Amino acid sequence: MENLNVFAAKLAPQQEFLAGGHRACQGCAELLAVRLVAKTLGHDYIIANATGCLEIVTSSYPHSAWKVPWIHVAFENAAAVASGVEAAVKVLQRKGRYPVDRKITIVAQAGDGGTVDIGLQALSGALERGHDMIYICYDNEAYMNTGIQRSSSTPYGATTTTSPAGKADPLGQHTMKKNIVEIAAAHNIPYVATASPSYPFDLMNKVKKAAETPGPAYIHCFVPCPTGWRMAPNLAVSIGRIAVESKVFPLYEIENGEYRMTVTHKKHRPVIDYLKPQGRFRHLNEAQINQIQEQVDKSYERLLKKVKMSELELD
Amino acid sequence: MAKRVGIEVSLAISEAVKQAKVDAIAAYPITPQTHIVEHLSELVADAELDAAFIPVESEHSAMSVCAGTAAAGARTYTATSSQGLALMNEILYIIPALRLPIVMTIANRALSGPISIWNDHSDIMGARDTGWIAIFAENGQEAYDLTLQSFKIAEDHRVLLPISVNIDGFTLSHVIEPHEFIDQQEVDAFLPEYKPAVQLNPDQPVSMGMVGIPEVYAEAKKCQDEVLKNSEAVVKEVFREFGEKFGRHYQVVESYRAEGAETLLLTMGSVSETAMEAIDRLQDVEKRSVGLVRLRLWRPFPSADLLKAVTGCKTLAVLDRAVSFGSPGGPVASEVRSTLYGVDGAPYIASFIAGLGGRDITIADFISIVDQAESMAESNENHQYKMIGVRE
Ligand SMILES: Cc1ncc(C[n+]2csc(CCOP(=O)(O)OP(=O)(O)O)c2C)c(N)n1
Ligand code: SF4
Ligand SMILES: [Mg+2]
Repeated sequence: MENLNVFAAKLAPQQEFLAGGHRACQGCAELLAVRLVAKTLGHDYIIANATGCLEIVTSSYPHSAWKVPWIHVAFENAAAVASGVEAAVKVLQRKGRYPVDRKITIVAQAGDGGTVDIGLQALSGALERGHDMIYICYDNEAYMNTGIQRSSSTPYGATTTTSPAGKADPLGQHTMKKNIVEIAAAHNIPYVATASPSYPFDLMNKVKKAAETPGPAYIHCFVPCPTGWRMAPNLAVSIGRIAVESKVFPLYEIENGEYRMTVTHKKHRPVIDYLKPQGRFRHLNEAQINQIQEQVDKSYERLLKKVKMSELELD
Repeated sequence: MAKRVGIEVSLAISEAVKQAKVDAIAAYPITPQTHIVEHLSELVADAELDAAFIPVESEHSAMSVCAGTAAAGARTYTATSSQGLALMNEILYIIPALRLPIVMTIANRALSGPISIWNDHSDIMGARDTGWIAIFAENGQEAYDLTLQSFKIAEDHRVLLPISVNIDGFTLSHVIEPHEFIDQQEVDAFLPEYKPAVQLNPDQPVSMGMVGIPEVYAEAKKCQDEVLKNSEAVVKEVFREFGEKFGRHYQVVESYRAEGAETLLLTMGSVSETAMEAIDRLQDVEKRSVGLVRLRLWRPFPSADLLKAVTGCKTLAVLDRAVSFGSPGGPVASEVRSTLYGVDGAPYIASFIAGLGGRDITIADFISIVDQAESMAESNENHQYKMIGVRE
């Protein structure tokens, strides 16, 4: 296997496989992440895309931003469509009937809604069947394409258009963010990781690793959405960094069941640094913020325990 | 000539799929479709068929996986029934829009509720407007023949549309019938390897399934309907070639002892065989002027051929095996009425619904349908539809 720790700014591929001129909002970190993934995977990959912002902003006929083969069928089935593409390329290559005999990476990509809610069944099916593909969830923590409605990936305390904070209900979203990373890992697939375009080389390394791992890989990519999070577009990258620095969105990977932090900090920032710039958390009072801090600390501790367990096992 | 083999119709269909050398199969089990895909998975496991068999977690994913395999250039097959077809419904619409020539057997079964595993046509009627070519088989031999022909029709570059081959659940799927199988070399000569028009391929990247803004959506839909309508000519072409090669002749609209008949029955699917017996009795014993017309092609609707087949009769009794709730007639009858509307000398059209959820339709039922239709025609009775054999 190639050395994976190679990505550095000057070594990153120059070529673009996602064209500019698409219709994403200013400061959209989803498209930023996608561009980095596309650079990493290069020429020989095929995408099955779910309905959502990413599909809408890149594929308004007759203008496509995709320089790689791309198919969109529906909202909840990207994992199933990708399964089909993977199975077909494999069988046609075996029969000598596919026009390309190089290894082709198959990628399913969807938003959080298309992954953790409506697409969960198709995702679980694809992971369980063991297709050699990468599933990437671009998590902007709500249904952005349809106007910022809640998903089960929306964090506790965030307002969305269907989890508004009001007089009778001052909190906003009542439920804790669904832990889809653990759900993916529970399928015993060889590679699971979290990633963020605010840490581009970490993201690119993970994508490369996922592509080189035979079998299914799941990458959960945290993509700040200035429009839906009600914040200035120029904050998209920095808020992604703060999410990691405040333990809100830790960067780690699970390789064959072993947990490993890929980005660590000696000191962590308080969650208020993360919550404050975002309009979706503006209504929260001190008690609620403290509660969120406790939740964040707790789930980070839980994660660290798993990392420690893995270190012991590996020793 | 190939010899005749007694085999369950579901297995005969699987053999056709094997002989078509499909590349990919994705399916989810549902009665009465199960025997088809069980047999196919055996054929794959035994290396008799070199294909990817993808045992998905739902029919929605079955059709979605098929979209992926077909878009990547694989000859693709699936099968389902009833609730499974309903669950696929969202994706069914997208397949023809993407011009993916998937072949699907539908072992027709009633839709819930109440839940019923038995045969009628409510499942395919729910998928009527999805843009698939829909063909009906009346017996096992037809199911086998039409399955083979479907790949050729669907994959023709003038068509590139999905096809459903409809077989009545249980009454066809689970019976053992004699089948004449075609030799593999002859199948290969008739059905060459699938050559996709476009496919997902990094050396020639395409974007499939893009957003249709208002400036292009209507054109896309009009194109789709034109292609579907034009596919009728290819269906006929393939039927003709098949007939010439193998001696079994198919028409989009079939007639049985219909020449000069004053009253015609119109049926679809395996009940046509019972209807033929009723016609024999009516003509030979009762000396009545009654014939039979069977629709083989349901979509695209073969208006011109239907018109030709019924011209000259006085009364046309249309049998439906599904209810179109709130509609002024059975789904087939409504199409027939609109085809014949305003046509000079058009017959009186009586709409009957029978055989829901596995209820038998007997020879006596057909005779009663003819009797009723003739007396309704006599008085020019204004009606929506009549249900046969229902306790009221
Ligand atoms: C079956 C179905 N239900 C609902 C929709 C409407 N819809 C389209 S995109 C979307 C939300 C997408 O959210 P997400 O997956 O998080 O992607 P994002 O737009 O946030 O990137 C919804 C609800 C649909 N297209 N199909
Ligand atoms: S709404 Fe959010 S995710 Fe969608 S394009 Fe705009 S910034 Fe990107
Ligand atoms: Mg989202």
